[in-house]
Amino acid sequence: MGNRCAVIGIGQTRHAAKRDDLSIAGLVRDAALRALEDAGLTFKDIDAVVIGKAPDMFEGVMMPELYLADALGAVGKPMLRVHTAGSVGGSTAVVAAHLIQSGIHERVLTVAFEKQSESDAMWALSPKYPFQPPLVAGAGGFFAPIVRSYMRRSNAPLEVGMQVAVKDRLNALKNPNAHLHMADISMDKVKASPMLWDPIRYLETCPSSDGACAMVLASESAAKKAPHKPAWVRGTSVRTEPGMFAGRDQINPQAGRDCAKDLYAQAGITNPRKEIDVAEIYVPFSWFEPMWMENLGFAELDTGWKMVADGATSMTGDLPVNPSGGVLSTNPIGASGMIRFAEAAMQVRGQAGEHQIDGARMAIGHAYGGASQFFAMWCVSSEAG
Amino acid sequence: MRDVAIVSFANHITSHAEGDDVEMLVPVITEALRAANLKKKEIGFTVSGSCDYLGGRPFSFVMALDAVGAWPPIEESHVEMDGAFALYEAWVRLQHGDIDTALIYAFGRSTTGSTRDVLATQLDPYVMAPLWPDSVGLAALQARAMLDAGTCTEREMAQVAARSRRSKKPGPGAHTFAEMQAGDLLGLPYTTAPLRAHDCAPDSDGVAAMVLVAGDRAKKLTSRPAWIRGIDHRIEAHQLGVRDLTKSVSTALAAEKAGALGKSFDVAEIHAPFSHQEILVRKALGLAGDVEINPSGGALVGNPYIVAGLDRIGEAARRIHDGSAKSAVAHATSGPCLQQNLVCVLSEG
Repeated sequence: MGNRCAVIGIGQTRHAAKRDDLSIAGLVRDAALRALEDAGLTFKDIDAVVIGKAPDMFEGVMMPELYLADALGAVGKPMLRVHTAGSVGGSTAVVAAHLIQSGIHERVLTVAFEKQSESDAMWALSPKYPFQPPLVAGAGGFFAPIVRSYMRRSNAPLEVGMQVAVKDRLNALKNPNAHLHMADISMDKVKASPMLWDPIRYLETCPSSDGACAMVLASESAAKKAPHKPAWVRGTSVRTEPGMFAGRDQINPQAGRDCAKDLYAQAGITNPRKEIDVAEIYVPFSWFEPMWMENLGFAELDTGWKMVADGATSMTGDLPVNPSGGVLSTNPIGASGMIRFAEAAMQVRGQAGEHQIDGARMAIGHAYGGASQFFAMWCVSSEAG
Repeated sequence: MRDVAIVSFANHITSHAEGDDVEMLVPVITEALRAANLKKKEIGFTVSGSCDYLGGRPFSFVMALDAVGAWPPIEESHVEMDGAFALYEAWVRLQHGDIDTALIYAFGRSTTGSTRDVLATQLDPYVMAPLWPDSVGLAALQARAMLDAGTCTEREMAQVAARSRRSKKPGPGAHTFAEMQAGDLLGLPYTTAPLRAHDCAPDSDGVAAMVLVAGDRAKKLTSRPAWIRGIDHRIEAHQLGVRDLTKSVSTALAAEKAGALGKSFDVAEIHAPFSHQEILVRKALGLAGDVEINPSGGALVGNPYIVAGLDRIGEAARRIHDGSAKSAVAHATSGPCLQQNLVCVLSEG
C-alpha cells in the first residue's frame, strides 16, 4: 500500500433535510474549513483536492467540481472527481489516500457532499433504461426483495430490523451533526410507521439529507506536524462486481467479502470481531446491518441478526456499529460513505464526543453502492503500525 | 516514481454510434487487452471515465461495467471526468508497487443530445447556468479575447482547422470533411462569431481503452512501450470573469510539473475542441516550431465528450508504439474555456 497516510483533519457540516442557508459551494466549503481548522492548516497548505458525490442529477449540476474549484481552494492545484455510486464517499477517500501513499503529495483535501434538497433522489434513482422494465421504486424498492430473501434464508425475526432502526436513532442523539434527532424513537414507533417497501417500514429507511464531509490526509512527515493526534490509515480497499447475473449472491456479495479480506490482510487483522473496536458501516435500510455483519466477517453466515438481537452492535456491545447514528440518521448520499470513513477516524482519534467508544484503537469505515456491487473500505488506527 | 508505460491503446470515434456504450466498448477493450498481450484476469486495476449528463441518466458507468465483465470481483474506480483523468488515477495506483497492470476506458456519446447546450448545466448553477450560455458561445468569447489581444488571427485559426482535416485518418463511421485551404475556409460565414464551423469540433460518439503496465513487465509484454515520463493536471477558477481567457495558466503549470517545458518533442497531441484553443495550448506548452501537432487530426475532426482527452494521449502513445516518434507530449482539457488541463509526457525510453 505504499507510504504511510494519516487523517489529520476532519470536518462535517450540520446535516439536515434542507440547508437552505448554504449554497452548494457554501456547503462543501463549510466542511472543508472545519477539516482544515482541525488540521491547523489553510487552503494554501493543500497540494490537491479529491471530491466525490453521487449522480449529478441529484443537484442538477453537471460535473459540479468545476464550479466548486474556487470554493475549495483548488485553483492552481490538481482536482479529481470520483463517482462510484453509493460507495463514492468511501472510494473518494481511497483515491485521496492513494495520492499520499504513492508519495505524490504531502497533504490532500478530500470532500464529499450531497445537497438532496436541490432535486429529488427518488426520481434520479428511477431512470427508464431502454429494453428494461422501469422499476420507478427508488433504492428501497430495489433492496426490499433482498431483505426479504435474507430474512427467509436466516430465519431472522422481524424485530431485528426495527432494533437497528431504534439503536441508530438513539446513537444519533449523541451526535450533534446528525440529521435526525428523534428523542421519542421506540420499537412501537417503528412498528407503527408506514410500510414503504415490504418489509421495510418508513422508520427503517434513511432520510434524505443535505450535508458534506471533508478530511485532510497527510504523509507521515506532515502528520507529525499536525496539532492533533492523527488516525493512521492501515488499509484501503475497493471491489466491484456486476449488479446482475444468474447465481449472484445479492445478500452476501463476493465483492464485499473480497474487499474485507483484502482490507484485513493489509491491516494485519486475523480476527475482525476481536481486533476491530468500532465499525461505521453503510446501512441505508436497517436490515443491512445484520447482512453486512456477515459480509464483513464479524458473524457466520445467517447469524448476523443475532449480533443485533444480543446487543453486540450497540454502543455498549463488543462491536459497536454506527455510534454516529449511521446512514439511518444522516444521508447526504454522496457524503454518506465519507462520513463513515471520517467517523471511524474520529473514534480512533478520540474526538467523537458523546458518541465516543472508550479506548477505540482500530476502526473500519465501509461504504457500498449500486446493486450492492461497489464496495469501498478503510481501516484506521490510533497506532501507525 | 515507478516507471509506468502505456503498452496498448484502442479507440473508435464515429459521427454516430452504431450501438450502446457496452456494444461500442467491448471490441475496443478486447483490442487493447490483445495488443497488451494480457488477459482480463491479469488486470490489477480498472478505472473508467464517463458522464451521466451525456446520456441523461444516472450511473452510466454501472451499465458499462458489462463491457469488462467484473467477475470475479475486480478492483475498480470511476471518475466523472475525461478518461485522461482516469489514466491519472491508474498511474497513481500503480505507484504503490503491489500491482503492475491497469485498464483504463472512457465512453461518451455527444450525439444523444445537444451537447453544447448540455454543457451549460456545467456552469455555476446560481449565476451562470440560468443564462444558458452554451459551450460554443463561451469559446467564442475566448476567441474574441484572443483576437482582440492579438494572440491569434482568424487565418491562424483556419490554418489549424485545415491542417486537422488534412491529417484526419479515414475510419469506419468517421466524420467526413471537405478538404479546403485556410484561405477558402475564411470565406465561409461565421456560425458563432468569431467562430466558423471549421473552428468548432463536431459532436462525436466514441470509446477508447488503454492498458498501463509498470516496470520491467511493460518491456516483456510489448516491444515499444510508451513510458510516462511526467503527468500532471491543474484546475483554474470557474468564473470566467476572474480568468485571463487569452492564457492557459493551468496548462502551463501542469506542463511545468510534468516536466514538459523546455523539452523538444516529435509529436504533440492537443485536446482543443476549438481551433483558437490549440494555438493557446501550444503556447502554454512552450512547444518548439518543429513539433508535429495533432497528427491524428485532433478533436476538431472527432470529439466525443469525455473520450477526446484520453484519445489524445492514446494517439500520442500510438506514435511511439509504431516507432514513428521517440517522444511526445499529450494534453487533455475539461470545463468551459480550458478550465482544467492535464499534460502527459511520453517517451520511447
